[in-house]
Amino acid sequence: MKKYVDQGKNDTRSGFGAGMTELGRTNPKVVALCADLIGSLKIQQFIDENPDRFFQIGIAEANMMGIAAGLTIGGKIPFTGTFANFSTGRVYDQIRQSIAYSGKNVKICASHAGITLGEDGATHQILEDIGLMKMLPGMVVINPCDYNQTKAATIAIADYEGPVYLRFGRPKVANFTPVDQKFEIGKAVMLNEGTDVTIVATGHLVWEALQAAEALETQGVSAEVINIHTIKPLDDEAILKSVKKTGCIVTTEEHNYLGGLGESISGLLATQHPTPQEFVATQDTFGESGTPAQLMEKYGLNNKAIEKAVLKVLKRK
Amino acid sequence: MYTQKIAITFENHKQNVQKMAKIEEIQDIVVQTRRDILRMVHKVNSGHPGGSLGCTEFLVTLYNELMDLNDGFDMDGIGEDLFFLSNGHISPVFYSVLARKGYFDVDELNTFRLIDSRLQGHPTTHEGLPGVRIASGSLGQGMSVAIGAAQAKKLNNDPKLVYSLHGDGELQEGQNWEAIMYASGKKVDNLIATIDLNGQQIDGSTDTVLPMGDLKAKFEAFDWEVLEIKEGNDVQAILNGMQEAKNKTGKGKPVCVLLHTVMGNGVDFMMHTHAWHGKAPSDEQLATALEQNAETLGDY
Repeated sequence: MKKYVDQGKNDTRSGFGAGMTELGRTNPKVVALCADLIGSLKIQQFIDENPDRFFQIGIAEANMMGIAAGLTIGGKIPFTGTFANFSTGRVYDQIRQSIAYSGKNVKICASHAGITLGEDGATHQILEDIGLMKMLPGMVVINPCDYNQTKAATIAIADYEGPVYLRFGRPKVANFTPVDQKFEIGKAVMLNEGTDVTIVATGHLVWEALQAAEALETQGVSAEVINIHTIKPLDDEAILKSVKKTGCIVTTEEHNYLGGLGESISGLLATQHPTPQEFVATQDTFGESGTPAQLMEKYGLNNKAIEKAVLKVLKRK
Repeated sequence: MYTQKIAITFENHKQNVQKMAKIEEIQDIVVQTRRDILRMVHKVNSGHPGGSLGCTEFLVTLYNELMDLNDGFDMDGIGEDLFFLSNGHISPVFYSVLARKGYFDVDELNTFRLIDSRLQGHPTTHEGLPGVRIASGSLGQGMSVAIGAAQAKKLNNDPKLVYSLHGDGELQEGQNWEAIMYASGKKVDNLIATIDLNGQQIDGSTDTVLPMGDLKAKFEAFDWEVLEIKEGNDVQAILNGMQEAKNKTGKGKPVCVLLHTVMGNGVDFMMHTHAWHGKAPSDEQLATALEQNAETLGDY
């Protein structure tokens, strides 16, 4: 199979920060808002270079979402920054009414998504955010896989008119996306063509999916690996084309199986092309404290879990 | 009754005549707006007449005398004053004022709350109604939005002001206090937030539902400029008070206007009670209410 090289582990939130730095230099309409988490969101350089275009809101996320909506009136492109939990669940109604229903051009940028923020534990580990955001009419939901893709996605969403949820994380993960790869909202990235099974992954589990595909190859299983960085709008065509060839699918994400990418795909397949599917996702549970690796192991979110799911789904073909 | 008051207020005859003409014009719109509100909610047997009637003098005066508005409407509103209605349930008065100001045809008031209408139960940008810049209805969000728009004006070097209107019961929503703290802390001094102090909310008086104490002291403790308009249903008092509020902008502090109003103002049986917060009049009640407010500019 096609080989992917880790260019050096890095955190996706730093990819966001690098994207913001570039936007600060290239797009004067872009403004940043933060709820007391500048260091965590890696936006210090943007602030240093554009102090007038940064709004420190304090620990008041509801107010931040409303102010972001207001800033669009006057032509600004606000990027809000806080943890995924405080970017979604805490402020759902503010996003729903003042941003989504009002059709405001706000980019909701959420770090520390999922359980891999680690030791802080379940109060901070949201596993429901994709579901919350994808259910809002008109909301674009993006979960890039590594540093380079997060940087590219951050830059790309500034050129898209409308509300976007951009999800990234805390841990350092493999960085394998080509640095010059263009980010196209809603367009799946084919990483490895295969014939026996489709593995669809989002976020940093894309790397785990590639590891699983390599291991499966040694067992004679040809896995097609697709990176779905945009969960909404979903690239229906890419997924249907793949499953029509392979006949089975494993979906994988750092999120509850309820409301996540896997659920979106099962809805697509049920109506368009019924296909055996296995879900690598958390099983309707909260997280807990631990290292990212320990948590991914315990909650079944790593390459071994994907490999196991593939072997299971192959038997259901 | 308002023109009598005005005649007493002004001593200079020349000024008096001019002002009277202006006040009379505003008063004519007020009465017509009351009729619009009553007819709109009556037709669909739903909506919120009480708070709408209580804020009619304020909104009519704001749009027809106080705000500096562009010809036409676009979302960004560069170079004009902006208004945000946070207590979106008083949409009838907002729609009537916008229509009478020319944002859309007054005949469209006929479609209020009906299927396929741009005049939704609560205001929204979703249907593209000119004059509306944010959805509101879920309470407590408008001040944050107004602050964001005010900060965008500062970034754009746009000297115009941002106005917002909030219910007094609405201040029970916590997001307001995040916004109130922020606005003074960040010196958002191009914002005039008006609180409709009618003392009523759905379940009764604000004092019985959740006493909010001394709102003037609270805003002052949060370092806002605060002024009160005791006669919030008197056009001249509104003009005077809001001019004073405008004079306080640009001096480092956000400005709060505590507007004392009577819910249901202008319709005797709707006044001084929360009963008409979200209830439409019957055929007979409508007839009585309209008798008290004779047609001025022509019904839609």
